[in-house]
Amino acid sequence: MSATLSEATQASFVRHPIRLTLNGQVRELHVLPWTTLLDLLREQLDLVGSKKGCDHGQCGACTVLRDGKRTNACLTLAVMCDGAELTTIEGLAGDGALHPMQQAFIKHDAFQCGYCTPGQICSAVGLANEGRAQTAAQISELMSGNLCRCGAYNNIRAAIEEALPLCPQRQAEEGEQ
Amino acid sequence: MNPFQYSKPDTVQAAIDLSSPVSRFIAGGTNLLDLMKENLARPAHLIDITGLPLADLSETPSGGVMIGALVSNADLAWHPWIERRYPLLSQAILAGASPQLRNMASTGGNLLQRTRCYYFYDASVPCNKRQPGSGCPALSGLNRIHAIFGASDQCVATHPSDMCVALAALEAVVHVLGRGGARTIEFADFHRLPGDAPERDNQLADDELITGIELPAAGFAEHSHYLKIRDRASYAFALVSVAAALELDGPVIRQARLALGGVAHKPWRDRAVESWLRGQTVSRETFATAADALLQNAEPLEHNGFKVRLARRAIVRALSDAALGGQS
Amino acid sequence: MNAPSKSIGQPLDRVDGLLKVTGQARYAGEYPEDGLLHGSVVSGTVARGRVLRIDASRALALPGVVAVIDHTNRPRIASYDEPYQDADAADGSPFRPLYNDEVLYSGQPLALVVADNLELARYAGSLIEIEYEAQDHQTDLTILQSEAHPAPAELPKPRGNFQGEYASAALGVDVSYSTPIEHHNPMEPHASTVLYQPDGSLHIHDKTQGTQNCQAYVQKVFGLEKEQVRVFAAFVGGAFGSGLRPQYQLPLAVMAALTLKRSVRVSLTRQQMFTFGYRPRTFQRLQLGAAANGRLLAVAHSAVGQTSRFEDFTEHVVEWSGMLYHCDNVELTYKLVPLDVYTPLDMRAPGAALGLIGLECAMDELACALAIDPVQLRLINYAERNENEGKPYSSKELRECYAQGARRFGWDKRNPEPRSMREGRQLVGWGMAGGVWEAMQQKASAKASLDASGKLTVSSATTDIGTGTYTVMTQIAAQTAGVSVEDVTFVLGDSSLPTAPLQGGSFTVSSVGTAVQQACEALKEKLLAVAWQTCPDFSGATLEQVTFADGQLRFGEASVALAELAQNSAETPVQAQVTAEPDEKRNAYATATHSAVFVEVWVDEDLGTVKVNRVVSAIAAGRVINPKTARSQILGGVVWGIGMALHEETLTDHALGRHMNHNLAEYHVPVNADIGEIDVVFVEEYDEIVNALGSKGVGEIGIVGVAAAVANAIYHATGKRVRDFPITLDKLL
Repeated sequence: MSATLSEATQASFVRHPIRLTLNGQVRELHVLPWTTLLDLLREQLDLVGSKKGCDHGQCGACTVLRDGKRTNACLTLAVMCDGAELTTIEGLAGDGALHPMQQAFIKHDAFQCGYCTPGQICSAVGLANEGRAQTAAQISELMSGNLCRCGAYNNIRAAIEEALPLCPQRQAEEGEQ
Repeated sequence: MNPFQYSKPDTVQAAIDLSSPVSRFIAGGTNLLDLMKENLARPAHLIDITGLPLADLSETPSGGVMIGALVSNADLAWHPWIERRYPLLSQAILAGASPQLRNMASTGGNLLQRTRCYYFYDASVPCNKRQPGSGCPALSGLNRIHAIFGASDQCVATHPSDMCVALAALEAVVHVLGRGGARTIEFADFHRLPGDAPERDNQLADDELITGIELPAAGFAEHSHYLKIRDRASYAFALVSVAAALELDGPVIRQARLALGGVAHKPWRDRAVESWLRGQTVSRETFATAADALLQNAEPLEHNGFKVRLARRAIVRALSDAALGGQS
Repeated sequence: MNAPSKSIGQPLDRVDGLLKVTGQARYAGEYPEDGLLHGSVVSGTVARGRVLRIDASRALALPGVVAVIDHTNRPRIASYDEPYQDADAADGSPFRPLYNDEVLYSGQPLALVVADNLELARYAGSLIEIEYEAQDHQTDLTILQSEAHPAPAELPKPRGNFQGEYASAALGVDVSYSTPIEHHNPMEPHASTVLYQPDGSLHIHDKTQGTQNCQAYVQKVFGLEKEQVRVFAAFVGGAFGSGLRPQYQLPLAVMAALTLKRSVRVSLTRQQMFTFGYRPRTFQRLQLGAAANGRLLAVAHSAVGQTSRFEDFTEHVVEWSGMLYHCDNVELTYKLVPLDVYTPLDMRAPGAALGLIGLECAMDELACALAIDPVQLRLINYAERNENEGKPYSSKELRECYAQGARRFGWDKRNPEPRSMREGRQLVGWGMAGGVWEAMQQKASAKASLDASGKLTVSSATTDIGTGTYTVMTQIAAQTAGVSVEDVTFVLGDSSLPTAPLQGGSFTVSSVGTAVQQACEALKEKLLAVAWQTCPDFSGATLEQVTFADGQLRFGEASVALAELAQNSAETPVQAQVTAEPDEKRNAYATATHSAVFVEVWVDEDLGTVKVNRVVSAIAAGRVINPKTARSQILGGVVWGIGMALHEETLTDHALGRHMNHNLAEYHVPVNADIGEIDVVFVEEYDEIVNALGSKGVGEIGIVGVAAAVANAIYHATGKRVRDFPITLDKLL
């Protein structure tokens, strides 16, 4: 092994066991400490619905739900998700039926290229869980962590306004932090 | 990101015992992982503190609130105590970052955010904060977003936090624990000015962990306002922000707090101006006089002279809105 | 939704919507393969110079790092410019990644680290040390402005006598504007996954607006055979022009795949999205001379844009000023300044988005000087013909855009006096501008294929960068072939499919749509021929006498299912492939889309913050194939225009010769909270010249004019003319 790596670093090449619930399924995984949740999902589990738009928490395309709360998967270490309940875009739809938010996004054409869309939808479901947005202006402000370069903001707003009352209200569980 | 060792201690003491000059504590990770991906931070060891029992709010004997360092920004902003008793803090938090980041970021970590200076954030160019002695291209370069107060010839960076501006105005106290034991740091003393050691943002030692932030009883709930001005409507760092808090007796100011963000290496306060405000009568003229006094010491750079004009107007606006009840 | 027999013109939900809202749509960097290698690009840090040494030893020492490729050990690549020319190349010598030790701009790719996994590749890249011999550089357009040379563009010749008429005009406006560098920043960073096939051929998933452009590029640069390279782009996460040329991650990934004989993926970081093409910085000067009644007597528009030292990038910046208004005395000039930067690149409504800022702000300034309503001034100078080309328009409903847009907006209630309207602390301003974009058509091919179950598959090598290509082509095919949209599959994004032009310039519907329509027409002829053979009722029936609808062929009382015809055909599936070219009747006409944009801004009187509260965009673009997706295109264009007006600017430190806000936190694109109400009006416009569909395309027209309308509204709100874009709040204090 290279001389550029300290002994401590070499020791940490050990993979850490984690156990989490991912889209309703309990998964036991072994992850390297520096693997982000986003890279775990995309590179190791082939769940590529969570997108990498910036990798720095500046675009929201990687948004997933952690214990019901919207989270940037790119700034989350996988090893720190031990015990977490995660929902990605792939896990939102129920048995054969789309989530109301997904349905509304299609109806209102709330996307074009589709790359920010999984993050927008997960973020919107997180918004519903928070129960803090009543007006269009509040939706806009509280959806501003999700960039859409195609500029579908008006349709995103319309979709969310329509779907919010249809979303099962979930008071996000108190997280570990 | 560089490879690193990972540990997750169960107790605060164990976390401190694990710490070393090459380790970093991680909670929300929203800034640290960003820095690591940019090669601006390369810790050999991350100590995950999210398992520590520091995630609660509690009332202090003196009638204030103790915020555990691990309370998330979102939980803090929307906590009924904070919304009701410290709306200034709630507003400031909600003005920062995005809902996702606020869900992740911890209270303690928010204090440790590093600057958004373009040069600091690009590992391939000189920066005294990143690499002491390498130079400061911002001095003669792109300095529209930089400091107008308290800068040095080594560094003109600003502190990026909104929450900290409110905490400064509220005179919060930072509780830390290290190998040498526990200590408290007045918020005003927590962050540093760059001077000739811009690599140091604050007074925290390597082995010290922020355990909590204590809010004094006075929350200025009746008359406070946080005003943030930025280049887009949301999800952008402040060009200038103002935390204004007043205690009024009719039209007479009994107590005044004023902290500015986006203008210095730390949340900027001017005690002389605050004390001058005491006893004055609420009016646009009073606030304009205070703003002028505060800004007379500003030292703008080539591209950020507008911050002086903007800060003046923002101070007047924020104090006026605070006087009116802070809701607009 | 149920397929109406007329699917064209229906607001059909996107046919790829389900895949996109469930995370099932795969983009270029999302194709897994066992043993896939990951490349990480190492970017240069000086603006000009030579690479003296690249020390990769620390990277190579890491277990799992497979290779570090740089100019000293890359595989053989073409050594002349020609193989690097692509379908959107600028004049000059295209950039050739890892070609030699020359550093042409800051951020240039200088090495590729290839490793077993993504994190390792990134980390290893950070350990590579590059020693440079830096040379003096210049990246500042301001400094070298006087050394500008004429752009290699075919500008309309000056007409009339601009100088004389301008000098004697009752009123003159002479104003200058500047616009900054902007980067496309599609949400999906550029990526290429090269899947190395057992026979050594390459299947490449690339982020591109032209699969065949990239196919040809890889083939030529690496000296391969045509069948050795196939490029796919099933889904593209936005591009806006960034995918018009093969970007450097593509040849780098191919280099690694060929060297290692392995599959390799290279994805750029967001920071690296600032290291290739962009909308160039420009300086523009407008001189408008007018009579007191508002008639334009003289128009001059000159623009200076930046380009690289290796290519002269040109776009249509000033032409619009010779065609949007009637004027007999016009002078247009366009110059370039080469700098130590990468070559600019077409970006949404290239040229027009810039030039219309100058023209439409200057028209507003003229309207103010003349005390004539801005809409009225435009009507006074309405151009019935394209005076650059001396041709009538195939259709032009711009008058209706002005009228309907103004009505919807409530323009008649506008007090022309600046600072005359307010809401509390907010100064309210109303401004407007017009827009124009060419309605082009390119040669394109498509194939239609009907199988024994009556399912129609139509294919073409085009892409869908979010524009709705999958959906609108489905509609065109369904209606033309007389089948329901549910029975149509449109296949795209594969270089082996029938030839399609680049997806750009708003000409996909016009070009590929026409090919789809014609392929379906040809298919119908074949099906009718089958009916002649197999159904006695149809013998002798001509194409004009029969109808294709609801999956049936009908002639009088007789009908037969298309599926049955396919089953009974000698060849199943029944196929028809066509190549469609612009109709000759277009030659006598100018073809263009037009818009009128009305904007309300609220400007905080103390703080200078601007909110675009509402926008009405009235569009004339011929027939709208799908009002839902077309509206989305216009909404997006308006959002881009707002970004151009208020937010977007790539900041360059000229001492370092480097873009410094290379991330999405400091390069500001609009967020949801920046965008108010946007009302889109499609004005009826009938056009049988432009193409058989009568449709002109809407990808660009939505942005054109928006930034000017915002700026004009800000003037109306504040009385301040800001001519230096973007209009950030500091300029309003």
